Amino acid sequence: MRYLPLTDTDRSAMLAKIGASSIDDLFVDVPQEARLSGPIEGLPLHASEMAVEQHMRRLSKKNLAAADAPFFLGAGAYRHHVPASVDHVIQRGEFLTAYTPYQPEIAQGTLQMLFEFQSQVARLYGCAVANASMYDGSTACWEAVAMAGRVTRRKRVVLSGALHPHYAEVVRTMAKFTEDEIADALPSLQGTPDNAGLIARIDDDTSCVVVQYPDILGRIPDLAAIAEAAHDKGALLIAVNTEPVALGAIKAPGELGADIVVGEGQAIGVGLQFGGPYLGLFAVRDPKHVRQMPGRLCGETVDAEGKRGFVLTLSTREQHIRREKATSNICTNSGLCALAFSVHMTLLGEEGLRRLAAWNHALACKAADRLAQVPGVRVLNDSFFNEFTLVIDGDAREIVRKLADGGILAGVSLGRLYPAEDALKGGLLVAVTETTTEEDVETLASALQEALA
Amino acid sequence: MNAPNKSGWKPEMTAADDGMHSGPQTVTGNRALMLEEPLIFELAGTDTTGVDLPEIGGGANRLGGMERTAPIGLPGLSEPETVRHYTRLSRQNYAIDLGLFPLGSCTMKHNPRLNEKVARMPGFADVHPLQPVSTVRGALEVINELAFWLIDLTGMHGVAMSPKAGAHGELCGILCIRAALEARGDPREVILVPESAHGTNPATAAFAGYRVENIPANADGRVDLEALKARLGPDVAAVMITNPNTCGLFERDMKAISDAVHAAGGFVYCDGANFNAIVGKVRPGDLGVDAMHINLHKTFSTPHGGGGPGSGPVVLSEALSPFGPLPFTARTAEGVVHLVEEENAAEFDHTRAFGRMTAFHGQMGMFTRALAYILSHGADGLRRVAEDAVLNANYILRSVEDLLEAPFGKSGPCMHEALFSDAGFSEGLSTLDLAKSLVDEGYHPMTMYFPLVVHGAMLVEPTETESKSGLDQFIAALRSVAERARAGDVSMKQAPYYAPRRRLDETLAARKPVLAWSDPDSA
Repeated sequence: MRYLPLTDTDRSAMLAKIGASSIDDLFVDVPQEARLSGPIEGLPLHASEMAVEQHMRRLSKKNLAAADAPFFLGAGAYRHHVPASVDHVIQRGEFLTAYTPYQPEIAQGTLQMLFEFQSQVARLYGCAVANASMYDGSTACWEAVAMAGRVTRRKRVVLSGALHPHYAEVVRTMAKFTEDEIADALPSLQGTPDNAGLIARIDDDTSCVVVQYPDILGRIPDLAAIAEAAHDKGALLIAVNTEPVALGAIKAPGELGADIVVGEGQAIGVGLQFGGPYLGLFAVRDPKHVRQMPGRLCGETVDAEGKRGFVLTLSTREQHIRREKATSNICTNSGLCALAFSVHMTLLGEEGLRRLAAWNHALACKAADRLAQVPGVRVLNDSFFNEFTLVIDGDAREIVRKLADGGILAGVSLGRLYPAEDALKGGLLVAVTETTTEEDVETLASALQEALA
Repeated sequence: MNAPNKSGWKPEMTAADDGMHSGPQTVTGNRALMLEEPLIFELAGTDTTGVDLPEIGGGANRLGGMERTAPIGLPGLSEPETVRHYTRLSRQNYAIDLGLFPLGSCTMKHNPRLNEKVARMPGFADVHPLQPVSTVRGALEVINELAFWLIDLTGMHGVAMSPKAGAHGELCGILCIRAALEARGDPREVILVPESAHGTNPATAAFAGYRVENIPANADGRVDLEALKARLGPDVAAVMITNPNTCGLFERDMKAISDAVHAAGGFVYCDGANFNAIVGKVRPGDLGVDAMHINLHKTFSTPHGGGGPGSGPVVLSEALSPFGPLPFTARTAEGVVHLVEEENAAEFDHTRAFGRMTAFHGQMGMFTRALAYILSHGADGLRRVAEDAVLNANYILRSVEDLLEAPFGKSGPCMHEALFSDAGFSEGLSTLDLAKSLVDEGYHPMTMYFPLVVHGAMLVEPTETESKSGLDQFIAALRSVAERARAGDVSMKQAPYYAPRRRLDETLAARKPVLAWSDPDSA
């Protein structure tokens, strides 16, 4: 048992010090009838490092890794190249094996990193203040809705039809319990988002409007018009971004008037990881809303000698102080993923992020043009960043499955996201990043052509 | 009169200026290996990048007229500068890799490196959550296998794997309870929570729409069974109990509590933050628990990473399992593992799910690590994990209780953590002063001022991954600072002296919040 340092001699000496005759004496408060008399049944006995590694490798090999296939999936999780130094930094034991920085004098590494992270996110989002992270984009989205309720003291939530359906489902799930009224809708297969329809659904009871940017179909809505309409009715605009690289190319949501900006930070530094852990980003445009924010906040201060330092602050919002009156029950968040994001963003810098975004967009434009040449395939979008919707005759989900059998990961079908909606089943979301080669696009184009023939 | 001086300490000069450092002031502000590090915003401009990327010139775009024109203000550094910046920052952190980290209830144990290697295998790290299931069978098997062992180890009926952390798991469990009550047409309004509970418990109950009421404790630090029984009634939806509790004690009456709650039509939620003390020794399912989250980073040693990610699967009783959230995995008789989502829930006879807690399937990166940990320890090793954790905590308890007041020291052995109070400290010295003095001794302090039921609480959790000699050294340090606190060593009020920073002004941080960097030149 390689992770346990005590020897039997140690154990005997320690029991003697305690005044117990056996380990069982220490479990005397566990009722005898509930105590297990020996190793639990079913689970095998301890195994060597090599044996466990072999078992896990066998399971790993049953999956088709993105790097081993032409790969076009997005819909809220994006594959980007992560520099090797990112993983090196997050594996430093001082970061990896630290706890939440409750003792700031010996946690300045984590705290300064969080302050830098918050500053990077705030700038990327065009906001005043970002927090130290949430679990992921979908839970950050719900927390934003809950916060809007606290700010406006209203209960009606308007969701754009082009909000990621899983994000909408998380909001609907939570709203069942908080008794918020959710006005949702389905996306319609149009090249341009239906801003007028969305604006018409905002009324005087509306707490917030939730709009994804770029949206689930890859289109880029004009947030400024929606912000104005929301503000006219006293509602907040919540902008949701699931692809932060896009913000190297398009305007920041805060700049366009969004009051709360949330999103998924996974695309920068974190990796695909089959859906988690990911990185929820959360920011507010107006500093007056800070005290209604959920989650940890790191702030600057000085120490007793006047040196700059950082601490977790404004914790009177939080569960460990306010208990049932807290703004959220969140405690542990995504600290290490925030570090990965921050390191990758520092390597990129503004210049790198802009180049990366421009490259993604250029490759996506080229891919869209190529795929549009496939007979029976139409590109839906009037606007997009690195992900767009193809519309085909027939069931895109079937085609995705068929192509997967041939080793091509063709994208995310709308049938996968909206299984109940027949009207959407011809939709196929295709994401193109710097990791996508021209050869990959050709492979997809020919495979689609063959499948549709 | 003053207490006798046994430990050999002598009062030190408090640091006015640089009083305690007798060497010269350095121009850099560094002190040999203690290196100061500016913010990235002070180190770099926005025109450097550490990634080689092509420059794509202007040309047409399809951004719908939304292209960014304003600068973003993101600093960039080359790779060597980046690695150095973060390496220098890392050295200002305490961590388990550096030493004992006795943060009670947080369970900071060694993080095996095999688990890091496993999580990075391409079949786990480089797969997309929406890939066709035919291409992610192994990933689904990992989830299913871990779920199987969690059920086995807890004696429960089912498990919801998707919650993202402990508090998210609590919410999941309480929502299952709410859904079950609503399904039987019996909505209830109140959740009972002991005063010693983690703050997340009342916050969770309130977030799920319940009114929170406290349950009193008895004199030996456990839930007062009679008081609880007296409060139960048709308005009580659930009781949230931490077991072992945050005083470090096993709730002896757990089964009686469960029976009473069930008889009154309510459910029992168990906060599983302290499951590491009893894993392999007793199954919560045998104690009548209906729902319990498991913090994978505590019991199953996934790294905490300075604030997450966590992972909070929730094991559920037969009564609650039908309401567990989507998605989850299910293994058919033919041995195929399926992903059960909204569209195929009916095929798997799971039509009453309360909804979805997160976009995808949960914390895969934590699942692989936790599974590797469970298989490494096995049934015999996990039992030993609990035993050694409890042994180490009792060893500390009995080695310092003559100097540090243990309010429940007479209530029997503690479980995995030992609780002390500040009774016996000299007037004017506090738990905070002791904690900061422990920093100077090279240790991360224990959990302070929690649980709230004990004055100046200090909750010490050594975990099973400490050696006896390591514990002895820690005990010596703890005894020394306890003696100083009893003797009235006022120099403790300025501790820490030797950390990268002296005491930080938390009041200033909250009064004038500076939460993001702003360029002093542009202000």
